[in-house]
Amino acid sequence: MPRTGRLTAAATLLAAISVLATACTGQGGNTAADDPGKDVTLNFWHGWSAPSEIKAIEENIARFEKAHPNIKVQVTGNMTDDKINQALRAGGDKAPDVVASFTTDSVGKFCNSRAFADLNPLLKKSGIDKEKVFPKTLLEYTQFNGNQCTLPLLNDAYGLVYNKTAFAAAGITEPPRTWSQFTEVAQKLTKTSGDSYEQVGLMPTYHGYETTPMRLAAQWSPTYFGADGKSNLAKDPAFAKMLTAQKDLVDKLGGYEKLERFRNTFGDEWSAEHPFHTGKVAMQVDGEWRPSMAKEAGVPFEIGTAPLPVPDDQAADYGKGYLSGTIMGIASGSAKQNASWELVKYMTTDTEAVVAFANAIHNVPSTLAALESPDLQVTPESKTFLDIARHPKSGTTPAQADGGTYQLTFQDFAYAVEKGAVADIPAGLAKVDQQIDTDIAKAK
Amino acid sequence: MTSTHTTSGASGGARALRAKHRRSALRTAAFLSPWLIGFAVFFAYPLLSTVYFSFTKYDGFRPPVFNGLDNWSYVFTDYPLFWPAMRNTLWLVVVMVSCRVVFGLGVGLLITKIKTGAGIFRTLFYLPYLAPPVAATLAFVFLLNPGTGPVNVILDAVGLPTPGWFTDAGWSKPALTALAVWGVGDLMVIFMAALLDVPREQYEAAELDGAGAWARFRHITLPNISPIILFAVVTGVIQAMQYYTQPLVAGKVASGVIGGSGQQFEPGYPDKSTLTLPQVVYNVGFQRFDYGAACVVALVLFALSMAFTALLMRRRGGLIGAGE
Repeated sequence: MPRTGRLTAAATLLAAISVLATACTGQGGNTAADDPGKDVTLNFWHGWSAPSEIKAIEENIARFEKAHPNIKVQVTGNMTDDKINQALRAGGDKAPDVVASFTTDSVGKFCNSRAFADLNPLLKKSGIDKEKVFPKTLLEYTQFNGNQCTLPLLNDAYGLVYNKTAFAAAGITEPPRTWSQFTEVAQKLTKTSGDSYEQVGLMPTYHGYETTPMRLAAQWSPTYFGADGKSNLAKDPAFAKMLTAQKDLVDKLGGYEKLERFRNTFGDEWSAEHPFHTGKVAMQVDGEWRPSMAKEAGVPFEIGTAPLPVPDDQAADYGKGYLSGTIMGIASGSAKQNASWELVKYMTTDTEAVVAFANAIHNVPSTLAALESPDLQVTPESKTFLDIARHPKSGTTPAQADGGTYQLTFQDFAYAVEKGAVADIPAGLAKVDQQIDTDIAKAK
Repeated sequence: MTSTHTTSGASGGARALRAKHRRSALRTAAFLSPWLIGFAVFFAYPLLSTVYFSFTKYDGFRPPVFNGLDNWSYVFTDYPLFWPAMRNTLWLVVVMVSCRVVFGLGVGLLITKIKTGAGIFRTLFYLPYLAPPVAATLAFVFLLNPGTGPVNVILDAVGLPTPGWFTDAGWSKPALTALAVWGVGDLMVIFMAALLDVPREQYEAAELDGAGAWARFRHITLPNISPIILFAVVTGVIQAMQYYTQPLVAGKVASGVIGGSGQQFEPGYPDKSTLTLPQVVYNVGFQRFDYGAACVVALVLFALSMAFTALLMRRRGGLIGAGE
């Protein structure tokens, strides 16, 4: 080979290989038959990071260790889902035995891939009837195809948090209950300033933090999948109605581009600079944590909470909302599954533990007994979210084999709709259905 | 008998020669073995594994199952993120690499001409290169914030249009290019070294012949530094193919989506305009648990980088002077 040829070949190969940085490795798991009465140390990974949350979880673990003196729990916090996924794949002594994750959307993937152990046999062995312990909606997002690979650990309910002072200034006496009232109130609360805003009634775009298409769609009580397991977005008119109503709200509040430009002036969602705290938005679609975060930020106005409005033709269902939350599971590769179950059982089903943890981090409890517990600290603001969690028509996004990919596909389409890039919503939804079915078939 | 002796002698000589060659080959292999082992473990094995897994259904938890061309067909026809990522990556390879090389060379030229304060300028242009990618990207998202960023405030003050930058699909890649050009300090240093290495007497001779500045640059500077330009382009193409952190961080921060319970972030905001192939490898492999499809995308990236590098190396005759 001539010198130039050799040089070309060598340089090409080396350059190309340096780009190819993906090594596909991994290993499967097995079921352990450990004795939970023996001395054991469990690795427990979770995602909480705020000092108050860390303190709350440590207190919970301390109570567990007191009740189970033979089990020590090594806690690792501030873990992202990506790190958890990698550790579960890698396995070994350092990998977590027990995991708590915020991403309910991953449950389908975890169950489908058998990354987490099925908890049904353990529930049965402990004599726990899950239907009697957990609300039905929470069981929906913690299992897939009958494989209960996770259990709910605290719940998040989504509703409306609003600035009572701004409401009073605009002459609004109560929060909106229907979508048409919502649109009207949002317009009344919007104050323009030049080609921008001094305040918007609501940031209606889907990048407005928690204002995701799935949260809003829940108010229309949609059915994501038909009885045949196929994507149902085009067939269920709820989706097209929600997308149309949201687009109409975007247009009435000034249009997508103007709103998005204003949105870029907002601070971080988890900081004191959140636009609700700074008075840039008067109403926020948010979870139960927002009122306490706003109070901690020292907002100079009164805070009100309410369920999200419902479509005008479903006024009787006012009070419902979207539910998701933290989930907890046992790594299928763990050799300490019985001991791990003791921890999971305690944290997810022990009323005292669930209530104490919910009180400490201002979340909604995830068991029926904890929701009714007299020890639960209830404020006027948190009561709204507790009621949403109890509402029989509150909904969630079901677990699927492809995790939350189907939601992302729907969300992507919703982005196009709100920008005005979709002329025919039903036809677009039919294409979304096709893509979702293809992705799920691939994942299965 | 004489002939037998002669044959035997020749055969013995050949055997000795072969033994000598064998010893030499063994010695060479012994010296090469550290590299060969490293190549086999860290390059050849992952490469072959990637090819193997691209024909399997594999989620990293259960054993892989052969599924023929399913992953290939899914990636090319059904996976909605692949083609946008491909287009963006090619755009970055062409535009971003060109801008970096031109700007790096331009700054290098200017600084070699400066008589006083060259050290200060050199430091000023090199410093951004030292900024960690995440910090640099966050700074750019802040500077180019369409609502509050100082860049748009200045543009507005002088009556120019104010783009949406990282929030506008039409401007997000130019914004990423601006970020890459800002961190061009590495190329500037390399070009400066090459420029200072050009023989002075060639310039003096050209000046005596009446050559102007452009003619001197075209006929003396460029031919002398063309191997360095080739190096900058090849390494730039590889960097662009691996572009991951900056577009991911920019998209995530500009979108405002952090990702809480029941909330997911898909890379590429806005409108998939900042999506690159390495992000797709990560997304499909580690977030969707589809290693098979991820391996397909990785192999496409591999083939692309091979093609680009081969093309550039073949064309190097045009870049490197006749004397090379």
